[in-house]
Amino acid sequence: MPVDLISANHAAALAATLAGRANRTARGFCSGVYPITPSTECMEYLCGQQIEKGKVVRADSEHNAMGICIGASASGARSFTTTCSNGLAYMVENCVAAAGYRLPIVMSVANRTMGPPWNIWTDHGDSLLMRDLGWLQLYSADNQEVFDTVLCAFKLAEDPRVMMPALTCMDGFILSHTTAQVEIPSQEQVDRFLPPTKIPHRLDKVAHTLGQIETPHQSVAHRLQHHQAMLQARQVYAEIQDSFAEIFGRRPADPLVGYRTEDAETLIVSMGTLGVTAERVVDQLREQGQAVGSVRVRMFRPMPDEELRRFFSGTKRIAVLDRDVSIGFGGVLWGEVRGFAEPATIVQNYMVGVAGGDVRPEHMLNLLAELEQRQESGAPQIVEVV
Amino acid sequence: MTNEPALNGMALTERDRSEPLLRAGNSNCGGCGMSSLLQMLRRAAADRELKLVVPACCAAVTGGIFPESAFSIPTIMSTFASAASVATGVASVAQLNGEPTRVICLAGDGGTYDIGMGTLSAAAERNEDILYICYDNEIYGNTGGQRSSATPAGAWTTSTPLGKQKTKKDILGIMAAHRIPYAASVSLAHIDDTLRKLQFALDARGFRFLHVLSPCPTGWKSEPAMGIELVRLAVRSGLFPVFEVFDGERYLINVEPEFSGEALMMYLSLQRRFRDSGVTEENLRPNIERYWNYLRLMSGRIVPARRDI
Ligand SMILES: Cc1ncc(C[n+]2csc(CCOP(=O)(O)OP(=O)(O)O)c2C)c(N)n1
Ligand code: SF4
Ligand SMILES: [Mg+2]
Repeated sequence: MPVDLISANHAAALAATLAGRANRTARGFCSGVYPITPSTECMEYLCGQQIEKGKVVRADSEHNAMGICIGASASGARSFTTTCSNGLAYMVENCVAAAGYRLPIVMSVANRTMGPPWNIWTDHGDSLLMRDLGWLQLYSADNQEVFDTVLCAFKLAEDPRVMMPALTCMDGFILSHTTAQVEIPSQEQVDRFLPPTKIPHRLDKVAHTLGQIETPHQSVAHRLQHHQAMLQARQVYAEIQDSFAEIFGRRPADPLVGYRTEDAETLIVSMGTLGVTAERVVDQLREQGQAVGSVRVRMFRPMPDEELRRFFSGTKRIAVLDRDVSIGFGGVLWGEVRGFAEPATIVQNYMVGVAGGDVRPEHMLNLLAELEQRQESGAPQIVEVV
Repeated sequence: MTNEPALNGMALTERDRSEPLLRAGNSNCGGCGMSSLLQMLRRAAADRELKLVVPACCAAVTGGIFPESAFSIPTIMSTFASAASVATGVASVAQLNGEPTRVICLAGDGGTYDIGMGTLSAAAERNEDILYICYDNEIYGNTGGQRSSATPAGAWTTSTPLGKQKTKKDILGIMAAHRIPYAASVSLAHIDDTLRKLQFALDARGFRFLHVLSPCPTGWKSEPAMGIELVRLAVRSGLFPVFEVFDGERYLINVEPEFSGEALMMYLSLQRRFRDSGVTEENLRPNIERYWNYLRLMSGRIVPARRDI
């Protein structure tokens, strides 16, 4: 497979382009886009592509970029957009709507701190804002993973058992602006992986209304369907990994990426590129004879609870590293995963690299040293890295 | 009165009854102008294939409760500010697939003049292939009747208990400034003119905008049966000019009013929303004159050509 040197932003856009072209025999591709640092290069790349039966609308705002994706997807087209930070916050109302209509729109987010005060550096607080809105959420740790994840996200979102929008996240700048080798499949391979988009409830000939008024019991029924479909996504993703491996010759990463976790007494749990640093730290500590492992959460929605429980079982200590702060609570990831640990396990939350702090191995080593001293879990800690 | 046939042209035809765009049993208030508009739209659209985008507004309620549909065409209910962007996506995909579908936004004044203004402006600037119809009841009807920037001066609303001070936004001026292919105001009291405009706007390509003064007995505190008559009074008095603008340049006045003071007085007195603010015919007259001077200038018609009310 040909290898190209591209940034993760371009990798996401290229994957979306190939996916868009793959729908040329069906209802095509249509996307609304709007720039914001550090997602801008993704939309710029998309604007430079010739997509057969495809259109990229240069919108006037993120809210309307998603509005355009909604109209396109509701008309049966494949649809993709990209944003982050304040752009994502501005878009949220229509993200709720996209999920409510159950439209398989894929969005790439180059995670960035929310402002003001303005800060363009990476923080997961923006995409975590979307936690409860009925979108699938996948976090990547390198450029190849970004590329593969966007392709998988289309297949996952469009699967009739799932049928909902998907968020694919990458750390702003750390990935979005880093150029690395990415294996690029042929259009023919992508065509095989992504058959034509079928949205059964799209606006077609029959008079029906999308997004109309519901009574409470109807909305509950729809929430339940949505919830169950989201839970199904774990099984569907496993099938997608198989079909991806068969067509492209490499297997996309698991929902949870464990590293040297067998016999580990201490686990580092994190998302995004923090997980890559964590793996280097694990190597160092293993050399010193310490039984440390890492679990990188790739699939945040749906939360892979069973696998988490399996990774956590028998662990003495868990450091949950959050690149986000839920002010007045602690780390969002910590809040999500701590319940899967056994009662005797010490689960300590460190919010580290928040608002773009550069987390290096020595920082993680310090945190693990602190964790080793603990007799019990303490309050979540916001850790400054300098 | 040649353009106003029996029963004001609103008598139901057999087709209106058997294949209405707005189905029987919908929840609109009696005398709602939006209902009359949809009836006219049905007649104008004939066999054209339509898709409807409706933002939050009364018409989003009109659509009915899941899984029923009061609209007999495929419809998507968008968020409040997003009608024109959702319609952009729908129209783009129709275009990519070579479909003749006409995509229509049906939005209230709130979704048009206020929260959806940026969206509307952007879709107009891109000249998307959309027919955007604003049914203007001059109020946020859905939320119980607060002011919008389409509410006229002197009108009581729940958020302007002493009557609104500011005058109404000039929406057609704004749309004309976008140089879109077609923008027009529509009087439901002038049926031939309404049908002609709807048909023209349905067939034209690019961004088309129709502004419809839409009587709202609930918000205007008026008799449901008086709605069309109120529109006629608004036209006769000069308060609601009926005109069209092609490519943002060529202005055509469609109905020459008689600027009747009596009509204006009746327009005010037949709606309780104007009762307590102290607004009078004399208060409104200067603004009407100013606007008509502007219209005469733009249309190049210094002397009224035809008195046809
Ligand atoms: C973002 C957002 N803000 C507020 C509302 C509440 N809301 C729904 S409809 C509406 C007013 C609609 O007014 P208009 O567009 O004039 O339509 P009408 O109800 O008069 O038909 C408001 C304020 C909403 N749905 N969404
Ligand atoms: S409140 Fe007014 S606009 Fe809304 S349905 Fe009733 S009459 Fe029509
Ligand atoms: Mg209104």
